[in-house]
Amino acid sequence: MDLFEYQGKQYFARYDIPVSKGDVAVTVDQAIAAADAAGYPVVVKAQVQVGGRGKAGGIKLANNADEVRTHAGNILGMDIKGHVVKRVWVENASDIAEEYYASFTLDRGAKKHLLMLSREGGVEIEEVAEKNPAAILMLHIDPVDGLPAAAAKKAAVDAKIPEAAQQGVADILVKLYRCLVEGDCDLAEINPLILKPTGEVHALDAKVSLDENAEFRHPEWAEFQATVELDARELLAREKGLQYIGLDGTVGIIANGAGLAMSTLDVVNQVGGSAANFLDIGGGANADVMAGALEVINSDKNVKSIFINIFGGITRGDEVAQGIVEALGRVDLRAPIVIRLDGTNAAEGRDILKNAGIPESKLTSKSTMLEAAEAAVALAK
Amino acid sequence: MAIFVDQNTKVIVQGLTGGQGKYHGLRNKAYGTQIVAGVTPGKGGTDVEGIPVYNSVAEAVKATGATASFVTVPPKAASAAILEAAGAGVTFIVCITEGIPAQDEARTYNTLVRDFPKVRLLGPNCPGIISPGKCNIGITAGEIAQLPTAKGPNVGIVSRSGTLTYQALYELKQLGIGVSTCVGIGGDPVPGTSFIDCLREFQADPETHAIIMIGEIGGSAEEEAAEFIKANVTKPMSAYIAGVTAPAGKKMGHAGAIVSGGKGTAQGKMDALRAAGVLVGHNPTEAGSLMAGIVAGLS
Repeated sequence: MDLFEYQGKQYFARYDIPVSKGDVAVTVDQAIAAADAAGYPVVVKAQVQVGGRGKAGGIKLANNADEVRTHAGNILGMDIKGHVVKRVWVENASDIAEEYYASFTLDRGAKKHLLMLSREGGVEIEEVAEKNPAAILMLHIDPVDGLPAAAAKKAAVDAKIPEAAQQGVADILVKLYRCLVEGDCDLAEINPLILKPTGEVHALDAKVSLDENAEFRHPEWAEFQATVELDARELLAREKGLQYIGLDGTVGIIANGAGLAMSTLDVVNQVGGSAANFLDIGGGANADVMAGALEVINSDKNVKSIFINIFGGITRGDEVAQGIVEALGRVDLRAPIVIRLDGTNAAEGRDILKNAGIPESKLTSKSTMLEAAEAAVALAK
Repeated sequence: MAIFVDQNTKVIVQGLTGGQGKYHGLRNKAYGTQIVAGVTPGKGGTDVEGIPVYNSVAEAVKATGATASFVTVPPKAASAAILEAAGAGVTFIVCITEGIPAQDEARTYNTLVRDFPKVRLLGPNCPGIISPGKCNIGITAGEIAQLPTAKGPNVGIVSRSGTLTYQALYELKQLGIGVSTCVGIGGDPVPGTSFIDCLREFQADPETHAIIMIGEIGGSAEEEAAEFIKANVTKPMSAYIAGVTAPAGKKMGHAGAIVSGGKGTAQGKMDALRAAGVLVGHNPTEAGSLMAGIVAGLS
């Protein structure tokens, strides 16, 4: 789950990482109130999860309430690369002496935490990595050891952070690492991490991505869930607890397992069709899950045919078949189904479907993935 | 021969008294796996259809001499269960639990590396391992695995995706090709066992003559495997990578398959494997047919 900047800053604040005084606003009046509270001058920043906000005119400096009114009015509702701005973050403007970059992630290859630290901040780190890779310090941290203060200080020195900022940067690194580990982040990034003329080091931006598997131990994440931007289909799927991602094609996809679902998308594409969605019903899919999945797919007006691709491991073919039969009784499907059922209890499942008296115009069964994909794509044309 | 597990492997099930643990533990036993004990704290002294249950892994190991464990406990308890098994002397741990926080996985993995270097963890979030006819630990339906033949050629399977592991087994079964061992390494961010670990074993295993590898988008495990293959694997290979059409920036399912920052694309992975001499199919069936061609050339 990716957080908005303002949520990231609120999350950072929990770990004592210094951020600017500010507040989030959804209206111009709220923005002015936030600015009055933060103290002028302020920066009004569009809250969208896409890069290049500044260039698009989504970040503006305001010296008084009138300027906040103008900028917040312009930015709220602005379209930045397809993302409509619903909120602005208004914060006290900082004087900047220098800009750095700091981030922690889990490096899947090395199976350790990775610190990236650079004195060249404020620009895309990918750009720095390409033009001047030597300017980025990359340090692996063993999760068993963690990041002691001395190691953080050494990292700041090794990254050639100027002496005046070294201690401040090191302090923030220790806190940011704690945020990653205890806060269960996939990514915790500060860009830019600034040095003020007064000598303080401070997070001017926040990019945080949370590991949804850890949600059970973070009740404080509930408020972040509320702002996740989903389309109507994705909202319905979430209500039903399904792993769903909306796409633009015409073949609705239901599969068990993320790998098989991805593979189903690929095969549909390979035979000249396009998938309307990714939907993984997971293991042990019963009638309720199947009915829910079909309901979500049915809510997508673009869907012309539905390809159900099931390979039974934990999931049992007879249960899936039972689910489809029940679901057809509950949901009035607009599109025909093509099903491929294999693995555990597949033969029993196929019998259930055959004996259910479903007309062939509504459901066809194919024995391989490729044949089923071809049939589903033909129906979608 | 087979890799990691065979007919002599004695297995305990951590979580045998739970719904999933009981279902799969008994299925594994019915397949012929030596399931010798279960472990559930507080339920020691009871049994599950004749399989004795102990309060701790240490007691179970002491009583049975088990060397492998099948961990099927909820995400909150999984890390502790894995470390308990390692501490009790188990050397091969299969964890099928889905939904363990990545930070827990990272800490557990690195603790194993440091304190229990001889212990191999398979998973988490994996379907398990099957050496057909000998041992099945995990959730694979044993009947879809073709038995290996003494003469061969037999194929080893290593896969990052659960259902596609079954798909690969099924493709080989349709073609009548024997399987030496099929390992599902799981798609989580910090898998205990990597493609490379399995490829190294398959390369050394005299019963394995060719290898199928199933990967998916995200991370760089397939690219690293390709480098390893180029330098170390002489046995012929076919492969399939899921997620060619997956949109960037969207996480596909629980496992965290995601293309981010232009990295981890299916195309990049396929190119890397092709450059290492692996035959790459566009779907699982094609990877199977390519393997049929390889096997025909070997026999």
